[in-house]
Amino acid sequence: MSLGFVMLCHTALDRAAQIARYWATRDCPVVIHVDKRTPGAQVDQLRKDLADLDNIRFSPRHACEWGTWGIVAATQEAAQLLLRDFAQVRHVFLASGSCLPLRPVEELRAYLDARPRTDFIESVTTSDVGWTIGGLNTERFTLRFPFSWRKHRGLFDTYVALQRRLGVRRKLPSGLVPHLGSQWWCLTRQTLTAILEGPDREEQDRFFRKVWIPDESYFQSLVRMVSTNVESRSLTLSKFDYQGKPHVFYDDHLQLLRRSDCFVARKIWPRAEKLYASFLSPDAASQPRAEPNPGKIDRLFAKAIERRTAGRAGLYMQSRFPNRDWEQGRTAAPYSVFEGFAELFENFDTWLTKVAGTRVHGHLFAPDRVHFAGGADVYNGALSDSAAMRDYNPRSFLTNLIWNTRGERQCFQFGPSDNQKPVEFIAGDPNAQISIITGAFAIPLFQSNRNFSEIRAEAARLQKIESDFLHTLRSSWVKARVRVWNLAEFVESPMEPLQTIVDEISPRSLRRLTEVPRLADLTGFGQFLQNLRNQGMQPVLMGDFPAGQDLPTQGGRRARPYLVQ
Amino acid sequence: MVALGVIESYRLRWRRKRLLARALWRRRELRPLSNRTAAIGTEPILLFATLRNERVRLPYFLKYYRDLGVEHFLMVDNGSTDGSAEYLAQQPDVSVWSTQASYKRSRFGMDWIMALLRRYGHGHWCVVVDVDEFLIYPFCETRPLRALTDWLDASQIRAFSAMLLDMYPKGPAEDQPYREGQNPFEIAQWFDSGNYAISRNWAYGNLWIQGGPRTRAFFPDRPKAAPALNKVPLIRWHRSYAYVSSTHMLLPRGLNLVFDEWGGEKASGCLLHAKFLDTFAAKASEEMARGQHYAESREYKAYLDGLRDQPDFWCKWSEKYINWRQLEILGLMSKGNWA
Repeated sequence: MSLGFVMLCHTALDRAAQIARYWATRDCPVVIHVDKRTPGAQVDQLRKDLADLDNIRFSPRHACEWGTWGIVAATQEAAQLLLRDFAQVRHVFLASGSCLPLRPVEELRAYLDARPRTDFIESVTTSDVGWTIGGLNTERFTLRFPFSWRKHRGLFDTYVALQRRLGVRRKLPSGLVPHLGSQWWCLTRQTLTAILEGPDREEQDRFFRKVWIPDESYFQSLVRMVSTNVESRSLTLSKFDYQGKPHVFYDDHLQLLRRSDCFVARKIWPRAEKLYASFLSPDAASQPRAEPNPGKIDRLFAKAIERRTAGRAGLYMQSRFPNRDWEQGRTAAPYSVFEGFAELFENFDTWLTKVAGTRVHGHLFAPDRVHFAGGADVYNGALSDSAAMRDYNPRSFLTNLIWNTRGERQCFQFGPSDNQKPVEFIAGDPNAQISIITGAFAIPLFQSNRNFSEIRAEAARLQKIESDFLHTLRSSWVKARVRVWNLAEFVESPMEPLQTIVDEISPRSLRRLTEVPRLADLTGFGQFLQNLRNQGMQPVLMGDFPAGQDLPTQGGRRARPYLVQ
Repeated sequence: MVALGVIESYRLRWRRKRLLARALWRRRELRPLSNRTAAIGTEPILLFATLRNERVRLPYFLKYYRDLGVEHFLMVDNGSTDGSAEYLAQQPDVSVWSTQASYKRSRFGMDWIMALLRRYGHGHWCVVVDVDEFLIYPFCETRPLRALTDWLDASQIRAFSAMLLDMYPKGPAEDQPYREGQNPFEIAQWFDSGNYAISRNWAYGNLWIQGGPRTRAFFPDRPKAAPALNKVPLIRWHRSYAYVSSTHMLLPRGLNLVFDEWGGEKASGCLLHAKFLDTFAAKASEEMARGQHYAESREYKAYLDGLRDQPDFWCKWSEKYINWRQLEILGLMSKGNWA
């Protein structure tokens, strides 16, 4: 009978009764505290259910509103009652009505018998705590909190702000060093009586009455003044989410809880029939024994919090739709945008697919349709090639494509004749690698068989659009990796830029390029530009193409860029 | 700016009041066939639906939601001629109201549903769906609906989002007839995983989600006209709430904030939509003839045109449905911080 329980209950009293019975029939006295706000009929039922057990007591009821003194007062009285009525109790275990023993109580008792002087209570100095809600650590002790955080949040916040402004500070009782920690502890009779019967109790109680969430600080602080052997951890497995409310365990956590090897877990969903049935069954003892190790559960809940607060980068869906600049990753994966390459090289797509091992699309934002790789009319995730659907929401289109193809880098062509709506989104996306050969849009015009006046007008239009794009890319907020060459300088030495781009796309294959894409035939292109000038247009983005003769690399044969070994 | 906000709030408040008054007015169109609402317990999960000629679907529908833990069904039968109403009236956990009035003038059934919600749903968790919509939520295989609503309560969340996910068979639907009582997703096993366009509706604060097979097959040239897929079908109802347009959006506006704006993910589910079975073609012709659907039944018109020359939604990128975990990995729904 060396171990006794104090149980704080407010709902699901049938489960509380089940647990109390489990402990009481295994020779552990239990003192139950029921929240004053629980309907009387339920409490009567609980008393009736447990009437046959003589080692169960009910302590006087306090209203236990979250974050207030009531919970501490209830705990104090219940613990006093337990220590008074059951003289053999050495360790007092504070539990709640939604706790569930995961290992037989005999094992817990043996564990405590081997550590008869140890107090198990999580107790951390305020400066070392990272998990408090509302950002209040030390101020929990130095400010006053007369207003309910749940019911009168506005007043609560205003009063805190006011006190900060006025520099109001409460004086700590002498010798008290504020500590915080989990509410659920297991203390020895010596320690507990030293706290409850100490000469300064009145002063301390008066102080803690006005501390915010005293159930996480009262025993946690005072234990440091009286105990010689504090083991700063809780024997109760209890995890909190980012709002500070406890995670709940369900039937599907059965294996996880089994493997945690903790003694007690909270909080259990009252209707988790399978959990209650299997952990309270008589043959629960046939489990392997080990030191408590809740690592796996920690990871599960840490991940849940991360999902709630950070989410999956690049995902836009019904319950994740970040505001601008709060995306935490605008897109799911890196991708490359090429402007001018497909125009300058005859077989750029196939070449890039081969050397970089990625998916290379055509002009995804072309006016006629979406040019997916291989001319597909529907793509990953059942994306349609309909231009109307894409243009209805170009941003969704792009983020969907990148999300659907995670794990495979996407490259696509872009140009001034495409829909320019996604430009701003792409430019602000750190995942985008944008490579531009300016002025290359003129090459298809040069090769076309259209009337020159039409060509001139189209060239002027495209040049304007490309200039705007370049202007956007020079903005201070641009996060994409941008590289810009003009046509003339690129044609002069194409290998180096190509190598840089490919290295960045597939950094592991640090090979020199052995195969190069085929340059379009630019014989006469300089004259073409001169003709545009003669017609009154000013082609500025192509760079310096001599009018009369062709560039040096354009020798007699069809030019291929030479290799620099 | 502030003044505008106040005016806007006031306008929406009046909109909401009008919708509530309208629902109250339409209530007189409902005639109770069997009212078993007296048997409803203290903390029930209720389901509300309007239907017309869905007899063949009802047995599986009722079974599905009973298994999830729905305690009572409150259904409006809009002039069925196939015995739907009689079948429902026999069920011990179903209350049925019948009406011959116009579906269109009742805001496509929403006025009737809101009248029932106001009377019976106040303070309770309510599922508002059609009989071809099946709610999937995180852990739905191992945790009953009550586990979700308890968690939502503890998290102080009032409304739960579940996007409509259109399911379709591979090959023409006529080749795979639906039998009564059968799980429709044995036939309609496929869905589109990643072609949904999302934008924010600033007036009401909700998201517009469009896309999926219906847009891809029927509205490729005018995606704006495609049906909306965002839905809030699970809600702890208050008598002052109003559904504005089907279950797509609500007033007050705060209820539409079922998504996280700062990069995180809130918990959400999916409504698997078993519309595209062999029963669909007949339904589309009938509904066209009645002209009782949204925007001059343009959806059904597009379907009928589409069904003639493209009867198959299936493509090589269609995804075969496995379970909720698959939907969550694909990013169609999320566990949020429920673990």
